[in-house]
Amino acid sequence: MKIVVLVKQVPEPGATWRYADDRTLDRAGVEGRLSELDEYAVEQAVSLVDKGLPATITYLTMGPASAVDGLRKALSIGGDDGVHVSDDALHGSDALATSLVLARALERIGFDLVVCGMASTDAEMSVVPAMVADRLGLPQVTFAGALSVDEGSVTIRRDGDVAVEEVGASLPAVVSVTDQTGEVRYPSFKSILAAKKKPVTTWSLADLGIDPAVVGAPGAATVVRAADPNPPRQAGSVVVDDDGEAAVQIADFLVAQKLL
Amino acid sequence: MAEILVLVERSDGTVRKATLELLTLARRLGEPTALVCGPTDDSTEKILGEYGATRVYVVDNPDLEDYLVAPKTDALVAVVHRASPAAVLVTAGREGTEVAARAAVDLDSGIITDAVDVAAGEGGPVATQSVFSGTWTTQSEVVRGTPIITVRPNAVVPEVAPTEPAVEPVPVDVKESSRGSRVVQRTPKTGTGRPDLADASVVVAGGRGMGSAEGFEVLERLADALGGAVAASRAATDLGWYGHDFQIGQTGKTVAPQLYLASGISGAIQHRAGMQGSRTIVAINKDPKAPIFTIADLGVVGDAHAVLPALLAEVERRKA
Repeated sequence: MKIVVLVKQVPEPGATWRYADDRTLDRAGVEGRLSELDEYAVEQAVSLVDKGLPATITYLTMGPASAVDGLRKALSIGGDDGVHVSDDALHGSDALATSLVLARALERIGFDLVVCGMASTDAEMSVVPAMVADRLGLPQVTFAGALSVDEGSVTIRRDGDVAVEEVGASLPAVVSVTDQTGEVRYPSFKSILAAKKKPVTTWSLADLGIDPAVVGAPGAATVVRAADPNPPRQAGSVVVDDDGEAAVQIADFLVAQKLL
Repeated sequence: MAEILVLVERSDGTVRKATLELLTLARRLGEPTALVCGPTDDSTEKILGEYGATRVYVVDNPDLEDYLVAPKTDALVAVVHRASPAAVLVTAGREGTEVAARAAVDLDSGIITDAVDVAAGEGGPVATQSVFSGTWTTQSEVVRGTPIITVRPNAVVPEVAPTEPAVEPVPVDVKESSRGSRVVQRTPKTGTGRPDLADASVVVAGGRGMGSAEGFEVLERLADALGGAVAASRAATDLGWYGHDFQIGQTGKTVAPQLYLASGISGAIQHRAGMQGSRTIVAINKDPKAPIFTIADLGVVGDAHAVLPALLAEVERRKA
């Protein structure tokens, strides 16, 4: 069986993010990391193999040169190899273009199971797994809080908005996992070194037969017209509850704000 | 006037407040219409009409319940082809977002997610988003296809605009490939008797500083006194003190209530991402250096175990 895990290198959440002049996220000026939510996808794929599922694991990412760092991090947790789709024309791609590129790359790699995180921690749209499944005409089994996979099928527990669902699908299928699936292991020093020797293949848009005009900023179906930093939220007053009067002060405040 | 199609969401058979908010936003953009997936009834049509829907499309097909997301997408796409709306509005949430995502692929249309406001612009709807953990605000437009916009609950206060909607059943052929993810079992989440977290105008949240699962009992009583919902930080849900469904933050829910009362929550950036759009923030924490105080309108340095019971008594006294 072949598992492909979609991963994304994102700006460090604790860093200060800004828009570049072309109104895309300025990735160059910020330290990057593998999206925390993708680490859960990596962990699930690796633990399926640990538990005896006969499978190879390939990581697929799309992004600038630095995206390869995300592949290396994933490979240090486990798995076999990586594919990096990199092309200057991809800069500014929207979710539609991203899902198109990933779907084409998946078709070229070949797979039985695709595992994704529930969202990237930068764009936070949560749309790519569903879009990729739609483009491939495959079942989407998304927002898994727990999953099990056998030779021909996948079953998940989906924590929906109003119900907890058990959802099953035949393979091939596209799965996304939440942070409820389980702790991510820390890679050992040895596995970090081993990851550096695992093969990573780089593909361009031409390798995937995608017209550069349909991706990137020119091919985007959405446009950011304005982007402005919010004025930092002003800290209000802070009182110290040393005389037990804080409750009255909060109640007075709520009344003044017409909240009580 | 151009039609603006709203995807209706129901919870326990009742139309969600978030759907009424979408109808209110839709009126700014054109003529609101609504799509009901599943069986309709008089009360559903009545409330949609009360909030301005001039037409209610109904797609009733067992596949909508039996399979995940994809059949609802087929329903939405079919109604878009039939009605050619100027935009589609969907409530941001796990299911709605994925239905919108697939519809965007099927219709080759731009999608904007998690809008906090939508206004009419010269070239179509302009969506306001709060991005980068709420540190930036953007204005975006869709420039290809039918704009599909998901909107966070509480973006607007629902306003009535009564009308008698026409009810139009729409037959939909669910694609074979849309019947791939079968719902084997569905266990409805038991209601808390409190407002839905996403819709609540008051949210009372607890974190590690609550000390235990029992520590949340006073938060629940305070939430009930204020007519609000209870929430928790990731630290508290990971410790098993409160359900994961109630987690606020980057990997949980994003809320923007009128009042967010954070108790025993330090306010890590991942938590702030889920709540800093709240209109008013009150924070109680023992640590005067807790980052939550940098965004709180009123901060109390004190022990939640002492302040909360006193606050509960004070709120109940003033309400009496």
